[in-house]
Amino acid sequence: MAFNRKNILSLNELTSDEIETILDTAESMKEVSTRDVKKVPALKGVTVVNLFLEPSTRTRSSFEIAEKRLSADVLNFSTSQSSIVKGESLVDTAKNLEAMGASIIVIRHSMSGAPFVLAREINASIINAGDGAHEHPSQALLDLFTIKQIKGAIRGLNVLIVGDILNSRVARSDIFGFLKLGANVRIVGPGSIVPDYFKDLGVEIYYSLEESLKNVDVVIMLRVQTERKSLEFFPSLREYSKFYGLNKEVLKNANDNVTVMHPGPINRGVELTSEIANDPKSVILEQVSNGIAVRMAMLYLVSSGEKK
Amino acid sequence: MSLIIKNGRVIDPSQGIDKITDIYIEKGKIAKISKNLKIASGKKIKTIDARNMIVSPGLVDIHVHLREPGYEYKETIKTGCMSAAAGGFTSIVCMPNTNPINDNASVTEYILLKARTEGIVNVFPIGAITKEEKGEALADIGEMYEAGCVGISDDGMPVTNSNLMRRAMEYVRPFGIPLIIHAEDKYLSSDGVMNEGIVSTKLGLKGIPGASEEVMIARDIILSEITGTPIHICHVSTAGSVRLIRDAKKRGVHITAEAAPHHFTLSDEAVFDYNTNAKMNPPLRTQKDVEAILEGLKDDTIDAIATDHAPHSQDEKNVEFDLAPFGIVGLETALPLSLKLVENGILDMSELIKKLTIKPSQIVNIGRGTLKSGTPADITVFDPNEEYEVNSNEFLSKGKNTPFSGWKLKGVVHKTIVSGKVVYSKN
Repeated sequence: MAFNRKNILSLNELTSDEIETILDTAESMKEVSTRDVKKVPALKGVTVVNLFLEPSTRTRSSFEIAEKRLSADVLNFSTSQSSIVKGESLVDTAKNLEAMGASIIVIRHSMSGAPFVLAREINASIINAGDGAHEHPSQALLDLFTIKQIKGAIRGLNVLIVGDILNSRVARSDIFGFLKLGANVRIVGPGSIVPDYFKDLGVEIYYSLEESLKNVDVVIMLRVQTERKSLEFFPSLREYSKFYGLNKEVLKNANDNVTVMHPGPINRGVELTSEIANDPKSVILEQVSNGIAVRMAMLYLVSSGEKK
Repeated sequence: MSLIIKNGRVIDPSQGIDKITDIYIEKGKIAKISKNLKIASGKKIKTIDARNMIVSPGLVDIHVHLREPGYEYKETIKTGCMSAAAGGFTSIVCMPNTNPINDNASVTEYILLKARTEGIVNVFPIGAITKEEKGEALADIGEMYEAGCVGISDDGMPVTNSNLMRRAMEYVRPFGIPLIIHAEDKYLSSDGVMNEGIVSTKLGLKGIPGASEEVMIARDIILSEITGTPIHICHVSTAGSVRLIRDAKKRGVHITAEAAPHHFTLSDEAVFDYNTNAKMNPPLRTQKDVEAILEGLKDDTIDAIATDHAPHSQDEKNVEFDLAPFGIVGLETALPLSLKLVENGILDMSELIKKLTIKPSQIVNIGRGTLKSGTPADITVFDPNEEYEVNSNEFLSKGKNTPFSGWKLKGVVHKTIVSGKVVYSKN
């Protein structure tokens, strides 16, 4: 199946066919990771820059492993080393990286839309590794991939996203991705961070965790992002955890074969109990390994994608 | 030198004129409007043929940011005036958020001096309500009035303290100048960068709810009622605001309002995909709000059209959406965008010109926007049907920040005349 995009900026702009192509490609990439020599020459001679302007460990490491398995030349460029702190604009930084020969730029930025600024201004392929409260495409793609592996298909599943929907880029990407592939999506959380506007995206809104879990096949727990001022929206972590923390008891409301996901890093005892994190229903670590295969697929597809 | 503008369709709502006729200008003033003027021979007279054109009072924009002093890289009084002239505006009213802020007579005098020596259109300054626009203590309102300020405003930095706003209204009333209000509750706006709604939800951008504007309009209507001070509401952007103003007018509150062309032309959909030239404050709202503003223009809830011309440099706008400054330029696209109101049957030509001339002039009491004989000959000659493509690189303003570049619009200014002198001529 053809993939004609130079950039992957959001799931909102991908078609369901394009998403399926990425997931199918990830399937073959996963096989590479099972080999003794975990490397293919797909991106040999291609320079990939990881432009991470917001702290990130797992996403950056995951992209870096993915790039290395594809034999790309990798340059990591993060906030503390960058000229951005010296006042250089994002566009100038990216133009410099391009002048050094970067063909793919993987960008993480604290502000929504930053990858779009790059996509307008430079010719290199841009992959959005998370921008502000907008989207986190690779996270949603690995969530879709993981669920597809476990459940066989996405269509018809009841998916529940729990937590700080308003400020979460994972929530937006997951909503777009699961809806496009035919799942039913529900969101639940405190009233102040589950705004009504989300209804217009095609999701159902709940405020009671217990009710929202009925007939649910997949639960995606969002991280309480203390760095994104979640705490201005509800009284305390204690109260949040009381109403929206996932424990064994409340999870009984979901279907028996429910799968629990979390994009990490987990705040144990806040979003979910350790008991749940360690339960076989939870696939948090599978998500992490699948992340590498999905990111390999994204890198491979944009490098071969026609300009569009 | 004298000037005759011949054969144009002269529309002057201040006198109820709409007919094909000639205008005779002598010593910088309107002398006579009449067909077949008999001019004593031997006089040196310049003639402008305005066949198929509309000849209106010079347009008046009561909401402009000239940026000087302090931000000359964005715009100067000179370039702002050139931009105004190119857009058909002969009088502009400039907001106080310069650096230093226009909060005392010396800044007012500086602006007026610059305008006299370098500006080609009439410039009328607005003073700040509070010192440094900090919302803490009243600025030198009386002295600014004496120096030539035609109103006071907190544009961009709304006065949050309701008691101080009440004092400002009481203090300004005896001077007879209006209080010009940028209605925004900064707490409700929070760190918002666009309209709060489905578009901001999709883009993951922080929203500014319509309520942040409406709450403050409601407050200031109430304060105006207890103080009796006329208030003017800037750049109305929501359906709720239109409703509040309409109700207040019905009850006899001394309130007037303006709308900006972008707010009755575009919805927040224009922000896709993070177009910083669609970022302004108040933000572009929903299609429903656009329709309410059109309704408000039609039933005269909204008295005037004003641009909120807000030039910024290209480098400032070519950044992450959150970091880009609010504002777009407006002087050179306002007339053609407003002419769409006539094309779409919202207003007739005379009603539109009223909202671009005599109405805004009356709000700030500057005695312009009319072709009455004896008044300064400020005149705009434009072809309402001529089509062109907007190219921001051709703007005379230093600011090229517009969402309308590339748009095909109708309405081209041919001559802009200030006190009988042609200050802009289409080449």
